[in-house]
Amino acid sequence: MDFASFKNTGKILLKDIPQHDFDRFRDVLAEAINLQNCRVGALFASTGKLYAILIDPAEKSFKAACTAIGNSYPALTPHIAAFHWFEREIFESDHIKPEGHPWLKPIRFENAPQPGVTDYFTLQGNAAHEVAVGPVHAGVIEPGHFRFQCMGEDVYFLEIELGYQHRGIEKMLLTAPAKRHTHLIETAAGDSSIAYALAYDGMAAALAQQPRSKLPERAQILRTLALELERIANHVGDIGALAGDVAFLTSSAYCGRIRGDFLNMTAMLCGNRFGRNYVTYNGVAFDLGNNKLPFLRDWFERTVADFKNAWQLLADDPGVLDRFENTGTVAPEVMRQIGAVGVAARAAGLDIDVRRDLGNIGVYDKLVWQTGLKRSGDVIARLKLRRRELRESIRMVRALFTMLESNAASAAWSEDAPAADGNMIPEALAVTAVEAWRGEVVCCGLTGADGKFKRIKLVDPSFHNWFALVLALRGEQISNFPICNKSFNLSYCGHDL
Amino acid sequence: MSEKYFSLLWIVNLLAALVLSPLLIGIINKTKAFFAGRKGPRLLQLYYDLNKLLKKSAVYSTSSGSVFKLAPWGTLAATVLMLFLLPAGCIVSPVAFAGDLVLFIYLAGIGRMLTVLAAMETASAFEGMGSSRECQFSMLAEGVLLTVLAALVMLTGSFTLSGCLTALDPKSWLSGGTAMLFLALAFYLVMLCENCRIPVDDPETHLELTMIHEAMILDNSGPDLAAIHYAAALKLWVFLAFLSTLLLPNLCGGIGLNMVLYYLLMLLLCISVGVVESIMARYRFLKVPQLLAGAFAVAMFAIVLVAIFGKEAVK
Repeated sequence: MDFASFKNTGKILLKDIPQHDFDRFRDVLAEAINLQNCRVGALFASTGKLYAILIDPAEKSFKAACTAIGNSYPALTPHIAAFHWFEREIFESDHIKPEGHPWLKPIRFENAPQPGVTDYFTLQGNAAHEVAVGPVHAGVIEPGHFRFQCMGEDVYFLEIELGYQHRGIEKMLLTAPAKRHTHLIETAAGDSSIAYALAYDGMAAALAQQPRSKLPERAQILRTLALELERIANHVGDIGALAGDVAFLTSSAYCGRIRGDFLNMTAMLCGNRFGRNYVTYNGVAFDLGNNKLPFLRDWFERTVADFKNAWQLLADDPGVLDRFENTGTVAPEVMRQIGAVGVAARAAGLDIDVRRDLGNIGVYDKLVWQTGLKRSGDVIARLKLRRRELRESIRMVRALFTMLESNAASAAWSEDAPAADGNMIPEALAVTAVEAWRGEVVCCGLTGADGKFKRIKLVDPSFHNWFALVLALRGEQISNFPICNKSFNLSYCGHDL
Repeated sequence: MSEKYFSLLWIVNLLAALVLSPLLIGIINKTKAFFAGRKGPRLLQLYYDLNKLLKKSAVYSTSSGSVFKLAPWGTLAATVLMLFLLPAGCIVSPVAFAGDLVLFIYLAGIGRMLTVLAAMETASAFEGMGSSRECQFSMLAEGVLLTVLAALVMLTGSFTLSGCLTALDPKSWLSGGTAMLFLALAFYLVMLCENCRIPVDDPETHLELTMIHEAMILDNSGPDLAAIHYAAALKLWVFLAFLSTLLLPNLCGGIGLNMVLYYLLMLLLCISVGVVESIMARYRFLKVPQLLAGAFAVAMFAIVLVAIFGKEAVK
């Protein structure tokens, strides 16, 4: 057996995970990823072993395998490009050296050297010049350093250096009291609070010594509603931001306001615009009273109508479309090789979506929806895909409203209490993946013999996708960087953790 | 009416330009805010900004030298001189001389040259890119401007800027109206380019990588920055006033009416810039030369029209 399979929000005992010798480990991974349709969920090291978790859409399950490693091992990256970033992470945080990795440089600068004082790719020649942007940017955005090697206006290579937001969340989760976990996990990437909370919740519940009783249907509906509202708010915000970057004022201003409306709807659900503390172990923190539902519904429809107008202004303007078309293109095959996920991958024709590929989160199987897909892999594809996903999400939210209406009598939470730390299934691995608005958030938890967490591994979609932005900029005009960047809109803090 | 009275009116107009030009930026921003459904900055915001900047002291990087300190004020001086060559409505500038329209173009050139040199002096990657873009686009814009002025000279037979613009009366509109509309269109596009407006440049953006003019002044601060902003507002006034006199036929006799119409037209043109910025996205840089080449073609076409039908248009 090459891999052990288990379902999303499921768990597996460590002894059931097949352990291969290294060559075989590499070969089975290469076969699954390069030849079959699996993609990388996570790769991390713990107690002398290297664990690989793959997502297998064909079987709707995770696949796990491991191998024993010492202080170094032959790098997987030359065989499987999608591990590129993961191995740099392992090198940095676990001090295990993947020999033969092409660019073994820290990604978070946890220890010295400080960001900014390190080697960069450089370009030599008369027309070559280097442009350094950040970490402090002119807009109110997160910190990150971008080095462009340019020939005139053309970018030859962009190197992205992050790590300024590194807080050590994975390590803090191991030591912090359980009550702090919600806060920590929701701030891993604050714009995906609901998704992170759901991923962590699924993982933690799977490891509980006493199995959690089935969540009430109403809790699942409300969780799905919150997740979709999060997606809608962020997609609308991104569309507006893209309009803003090409100085298309009207759509930019309208979408900014409309995004706020959708965030306020989340606030109506739980009192916080970003859905903090909404997802609880036993369901959700607040029920949406049925007296509030008609108001929310009406508000939602009015806001959707406003958004459609703002979108139409943008979509009907040839000048705007001209800016986005054939800008920042990444070929589908390249996207697949580097393991891109989420919006960026789907905009390049990769049909991946863990809501469908893995399921087991929320009530998606009871809703009618489709995964959007665009093929061109450029800025316009990412923009239009967001519009497409909005259309699906809006339909889903409408259906969710109806579902809420029909089961108004049931409770939104059960009486379960979260497992106390040290009271979990020992020596087990649990993984949960949630399709956040950017792409899949993967949360892995590994327990030791004492029933406590030994390793928690979070994988933000941005972790896979930052390198796609690098590739999008190759040969692109440097003045097009902002729209390329915005079309991916990756998370800095989700990457830095 | 006496010569003295004309000169006085012209000086009043000059003072109005010096005092009111920051208002133009406010009007554009208010127009944009209206389209975006926002309240927008105050109409007088630039005055407040200038006042604030003048109270501050400037910060200079160690890599920049004397050109960097000189440039903002040199640019401002050049722009003020441009004002001197313009007529006020139908009143010819008292300092006009034959051939001053070439000076007019190169006063703008001097301002630009100083800004570019100062930007290069800072040795910043952004400012270098801004300078390179500015030079590329203004080189093309200059050609269009020269063609427009050549067509005006052909149309009116006058070699002073004031003469050209004030010689246009309702009769010249009847005979050479098409050519003049083309000239106005070409000039309008040059105005958008020269004044760093959308679709060429975006004065509002915070994205250094996409800036042209703003990238060149990233290092300026305090009174120097105030001089730059003020010069930019004055330059906008110069171009709007030019366009306004070009479009407004000189109604003989009614000086008062003419002046009112002249200011009104300037206001309308200013609002139109705001409208253009509200309903258009910015072009990618590769397309800007096409826009200017288009403006050049329109101006050349006007010249052809003047060459064929021009005789009737000349008084």
